[in-house]
Amino acid sequence: MAIPKVFGIETEYGITAAGAPDFNPVLASSILISTYAGSLRRIRWDYEQESPLRDARGFEPLAAREGSDEDLGLANVILPNGSRYYVDHAHPEYSTPECITPRELVVHDKAGERVLERSLAEVARELPSGPRLSIYKNNSDGKGNSYGTHENYLVDRATPFGDIVRDLTPFFVSRQVFCGAGKVGAEAQWEERGSTTYQLTQRADFFETEVGLETTLKRPIINTRDEPHADPEKYRRLHVIIGDANMCEVATFLKVGTTAIVLKMIEDRFTPDLSIQNPVAALHDVSRDITCTVTVPMADGRHLSAVQLQWEYFEHAKKYVEREDDTPENQDVLTRWESVLSALETEPLSLHRELDWVAKYRLLTAYRERDGLEWSDPKLQAIDLQYHDVRRERGLYYRLAASGKVERLTTDEEVDVAVMEPPVDTRAYFRGRCISKYAEAIAAASWDSLIVDTGVDALQRIPMREPLRGTREHVEDLLRECEDAASLVARLQG
Amino acid sequence: MPQEQEQKRPQRKGGGSGDDGSDTDAGQTTTTSKAAELKDEMDDILDEIDSVLEENAEEFVKSYVQKGGE
Repeated sequence: MAIPKVFGIETEYGITAAGAPDFNPVLASSILISTYAGSLRRIRWDYEQESPLRDARGFEPLAAREGSDEDLGLANVILPNGSRYYVDHAHPEYSTPECITPRELVVHDKAGERVLERSLAEVARELPSGPRLSIYKNNSDGKGNSYGTHENYLVDRATPFGDIVRDLTPFFVSRQVFCGAGKVGAEAQWEERGSTTYQLTQRADFFETEVGLETTLKRPIINTRDEPHADPEKYRRLHVIIGDANMCEVATFLKVGTTAIVLKMIEDRFTPDLSIQNPVAALHDVSRDITCTVTVPMADGRHLSAVQLQWEYFEHAKKYVEREDDTPENQDVLTRWESVLSALETEPLSLHRELDWVAKYRLLTAYRERDGLEWSDPKLQAIDLQYHDVRRERGLYYRLAASGKVERLTTDEEVDVAVMEPPVDTRAYFRGRCISKYAEAIAAASWDSLIVDTGVDALQRIPMREPLRGTREHVEDLLRECEDAASLVARLQG
Repeated sequence: MPQEQEQKRPQRKGGGSGDDGSDTDAGQTTTTSKAAELKDEMDDILDEIDSVLEENAEEFVKSYVQKGGE
């Protein structure tokens, strides 16, 4: 029996400073985060529970961890909504709190954009003579450098990893038709510049292998990082590195909703075998076809398009949900999945209200028509980039949304609430509420623990190894009754 | 070359030829009717976007260089 799906999205944002060629993105990211976090910044992230080099296939860590960002004194905080906001390499990164419905995750993913937007405003106010920073929620600088948007899903440790690789690879290759954020041009090293004018995804160019541990070079379609941030005997955290950063809420909703259902099907051995002969080549071909009709050779000799592959997953998912997991949330995903696949089959460009790659393509096409621009015109690349600007007055996605040209699933009000409030039905509730209520006593925190300094004795670690414990239902009364962290620790130990 | 990719897109190249009696030159990549429809719908938003677009597109694009992440 499949386990409940708990999920979240981590996004590395692009950062730049207008007119400041010597600007330091690492330092700027750190300033951005610590300015936003204010008084919370002294709570340090607890790295003890992390092992990013452990491999899901059972290998030992390949190399010792390099000097962590923590050693460099870079900002790394937990926010009251249960999210993590920190410097990763040369980018500000925002990891949503754990959610259990795709729609809730859309709200928290948007809350991340608001956190970055507010951070920019705070820095501008506090450092009026500092560099003029801009932040982009995308995955590429158009010059061959990519940064990630990673989804994370809780999966059953008992499910053989080979099943996940077999059944998820064709799904990832084909889901690009609705998950892609769109990109002008291409950055693949094997391809002559200019031979691709526009493609569905930001990320396909950077994937070179089928399975592996790497995230920064020779990127694999299935990443094997085995770092569950939960009870390792029971759980894996599937670390999905192949997605794009989406602005369109429908795209994020579908990306997470469909993937979560397919993972449950894999756990219950309900997926069809849709193995593709050469998944990496298929990934690149699908991304380069805006008609969504190109077919890829399957292991069984058939040739299917990405949309046909998705229909196969959809038909099985529909049966699966009816038999095993008939929830309103899953029905919402199926309804949306079906309507988007139908449109992709007949007229993909009609999905400009739902999907990023189509909304962006439509905007670019309108500019090309009006101004007579070639695809190589820098203005089109500028539009591509500015589509992802997190500032609502400048970001082109946001200008489209403001005039009702893209479909929203959330309201501004609920996104604003999610900037400060954790989801109520995962351990993020406990984490976020403790950060709010006992900030002075929280010495450190991680996804699966809090370290509390009660002022007496040694530091106390509160383990949180069950992602579905620590919900509002579980701990609301407890937190109300405990005036300070010492009484919380006493109650938990008692 | 951009032109080569256009040829791989049957719906853009062949989709509307002759269906509206258009007399546009052969190099145009979308049909007149579709272009006009899109233009009408998008004109207002393009005007608005013009006012927020980065002023020097070439410099903006050139100076946007990121270190890899993840």
